[in-house]
Amino acid sequence: MWVYVLKRLLQGIVTVWFIATATFFAMHNVPGDPLLNDRAVSEAIRTNLEAKYGLDQPIGTQYFIYLSNLVKGDFGISFTQENREVNDIIREHFPISAILGVLAVVFAAAGGILFGALTAIYRNRLPDYFIMLLVILGISVPSFVIAALSQLTLVTLNNAVGATILPVAGWGTILHMLVPALVLGLGTMAYLTRLMRSSMLEVVNSDYVRTAKSKGVPPARIFTKHQLRNAILPVITVLGPSIAAITTGGFVVELVFAIPGLGRYFVQAVQQLDYTVIMGTTVFYGAFLVFMVILVDLLYGFIDPRVRLEK
Amino acid sequence: MQDTTDTEAVTAMDSDGNFASSAGKQLGLYALYAFLGLSVLIYVLSVAAGNSGGVVSGGAIDVERNSITIVLSEEPPQLDSTRSTDAVSFVVLAHTMEGLIAYDNNDQLAPGVAERWEINDDGATFWIREEAKWSDGQPVTAHDFEFAWRRVLDPATASEYAFILYPIKNAEAVNRGDLPKEMIGVRAVSDRLLEVEFERPTPYFDKLAAFNTYYPLREDFFANANGRYGADADMLLSNGPYVVTEWIHGSSMLWEKNPYYWNDQKGFLDEIVTAYITHDVNAKLNLFKDGQIVETSLVAPMLPTAMEQRWQIDRFMDGTLFFLEFNHRDNRLTDNWNFRRALQLAQEPSELVYKVMKEASYLPAQSLFPVWIQGVEDTFRKEYPAPEHKMDVEKAREHLELARQELGLEEFPPIVLLSGDSNLSLAAGEYYQELYKQNLGLELRIDAQIFKQRLAKMTSGEFDLVMAGWGPDYFDALTFGDLFASWNLNNRGHYRSEEMDRLVRIGRSELDAKKRMDAFGDIQQLIHEDVVIIPMYERGISFVVDPRLKGFKRRSVGPDVDYSYAYIDISED
Repeated sequence: MWVYVLKRLLQGIVTVWFIATATFFAMHNVPGDPLLNDRAVSEAIRTNLEAKYGLDQPIGTQYFIYLSNLVKGDFGISFTQENREVNDIIREHFPISAILGVLAVVFAAAGGILFGALTAIYRNRLPDYFIMLLVILGISVPSFVIAALSQLTLVTLNNAVGATILPVAGWGTILHMLVPALVLGLGTMAYLTRLMRSSMLEVVNSDYVRTAKSKGVPPARIFTKHQLRNAILPVITVLGPSIAAITTGGFVVELVFAIPGLGRYFVQAVQQLDYTVIMGTTVFYGAFLVFMVILVDLLYGFIDPRVRLEK
Repeated sequence: MQDTTDTEAVTAMDSDGNFASSAGKQLGLYALYAFLGLSVLIYVLSVAAGNSGGVVSGGAIDVERNSITIVLSEEPPQLDSTRSTDAVSFVVLAHTMEGLIAYDNNDQLAPGVAERWEINDDGATFWIREEAKWSDGQPVTAHDFEFAWRRVLDPATASEYAFILYPIKNAEAVNRGDLPKEMIGVRAVSDRLLEVEFERPTPYFDKLAAFNTYYPLREDFFANANGRYGADADMLLSNGPYVVTEWIHGSSMLWEKNPYYWNDQKGFLDEIVTAYITHDVNAKLNLFKDGQIVETSLVAPMLPTAMEQRWQIDRFMDGTLFFLEFNHRDNRLTDNWNFRRALQLAQEPSELVYKVMKEASYLPAQSLFPVWIQGVEDTFRKEYPAPEHKMDVEKAREHLELARQELGLEEFPPIVLLSGDSNLSLAAGEYYQELYKQNLGLELRIDAQIFKQRLAKMTSGEFDLVMAGWGPDYFDALTFGDLFASWNLNNRGHYRSEEMDRLVRIGRSELDAKKRMDAFGDIQQLIHEDVVIIPMYERGISFVVDPRLKGFKRRSVGPDVDYSYAYIDISED
């Protein structure tokens, strides 16, 4: 088991190195550079800026300097937020994205499993049709529409009541988180509902459920032990990547709800060609994703007795 | 619990319906658990988030605390005034800093740190007022300006706005690294007397002195910050009406009244809370509707909502001019005058603004000089009317034919129009594409690029036409007038003309105000006749302000939003 863990971790490090390298060269091949600005600067200032950020070195040298800094865990200083280290940006803003992300995933998982099971139990009946309609909406309507609509709903609600029930935007208290987290988790919730439904339906008609029924096992027990527990496996498989995707994909929600998360930096850095922030956030998120996948694979071994972590 | 469900369940085995109801009950139970679990989790997370929380805001206007809440469109990237270049940092600095000269609420020059000043043809003298204090109580001295300006021009600082100090003697040479920084023509004669020597006569130096890059900086505080000046609230020293007292990066800021600020005609509010940071215009509108912020801009689709709500809608010109810039480099089609003339004659800016862009506060542009620029006595455009332009497709085709013969072409190849990636620029691009196809049979290829890529292509000359914009730095015609001088690095189309250079030289150094403005009048004419650019539109912005806030100002030059003269007045309610 430990050998397996070690092996997976090593693979993970190689993956992260690959992500870092690919991003580095892709980024440097995009036309333009972070030092270009509205006001053109003279050769002299340009040279000084290049020297300051080490862009005067040949690209190969920059790459090796970058890698050696990366090993030390130093991502450098942002080009656009010139007084801030990328490490600080990640340290200050990732926890916010993570809190929001965790809440969103919990919403998504709880909702997805419950609704999925519900639709499977009542398949081809009213609750099934109704929930599946919502699921299709949840999957197909883009999150910026849902975010904007839910914010508008909040405003209307607050205006109707004449007091602020839930804040429209901002960050700080739990009340600020509820709606953004729900919006953020909605797509995943819809996806999980569908997944849960189909895997429940598969299990319902399986031999062991029929056997259990014929043995006279109580329905609630069949439902819990034989159906739910088996059907939940595929959901858990996608949960790991979902956590990473939700935590990293919050850009729109963070923008609409004025939440100081990392997602904003991730996207804006690309738009502004902020080399150090692009590298920092990409590598960080890449590592995070890889780690989550490994974690899920390990958890799998505990949940599903058929999977053994021996190799 | 398991037992009770078991006994119930034994009898419920026969049909699927019963199974469903039993399983459904079980599921309901799980839902309850999930709900309870969630509540606990939410509680834990709220405790965790409490540590990373923002500044508390009491809604748009808190009368008791004499405080207002505003939104910033992004985290201020650089609050070290010697290095900042962006609009958001300029807004913060306009409230926390003050230069030698300032602007009052009618856009007139007013004394700032300097109580009086004199500008001659070879230099300027500033008398620093005794009451001017830093936010730690120490006096603002001439040395603080000397230090700041030397730092701006020091090549090691690599300040991108260093060029704005170039009228000062030896400034450019020092900035290039050719001279030591002690050679810069600025000298603190005493704590309260600052003398500036000019490289060349600079009659508009008073307007320059109001610019951000000319703000003071105190040497001892800067040195103690250890390279982190401007990075955090406690790494900032202010001499303006407000002080940044709290700053949670990316989230919120608190500006409090600076107790040491000298001018009692400014800084009436006790607190300005920037509780939100987002550039999403809809989110801002929602915050405004919910009574959380005092002011927000409106884009065209929001105007019906605003009217429904019976808000008072204000407008202002934000100062920026947009234009089609030709690539005048030798090997380009657009280097041919007849070709440019044809493109000029085949379009009409008002059609673009009123039929395509449909932004109520935009103005069709007629000149390089926007409508709000000052002339000798009145506005520049009243004294020097814009050249007449009439769309004339017939004549345009004649010029195009001439161009074809001059260039010896059978047929014109596709023309590359470099543009930004916003919806508005794409709409404008498509308009020109259709227009020139219909009127001239020319094919336009739109090359839409994000900001930095567009700049890279503009700088290297990979375009025939580019949709460019220019915003003013200071309140003088020269901020637009010198744009197409051959030495100007922002002249990205590489327009070169001796006549233009001669006129710009007069414009920047002539002491006689009338002669100086005449030169700008000639530049305006030359731009039109030589078809250096095709003016598109002047950008204007519609906005709404909480009616209880008075004295709020949006400016064409300087900070986009200015609360330094704002105060709360609830008498009408």
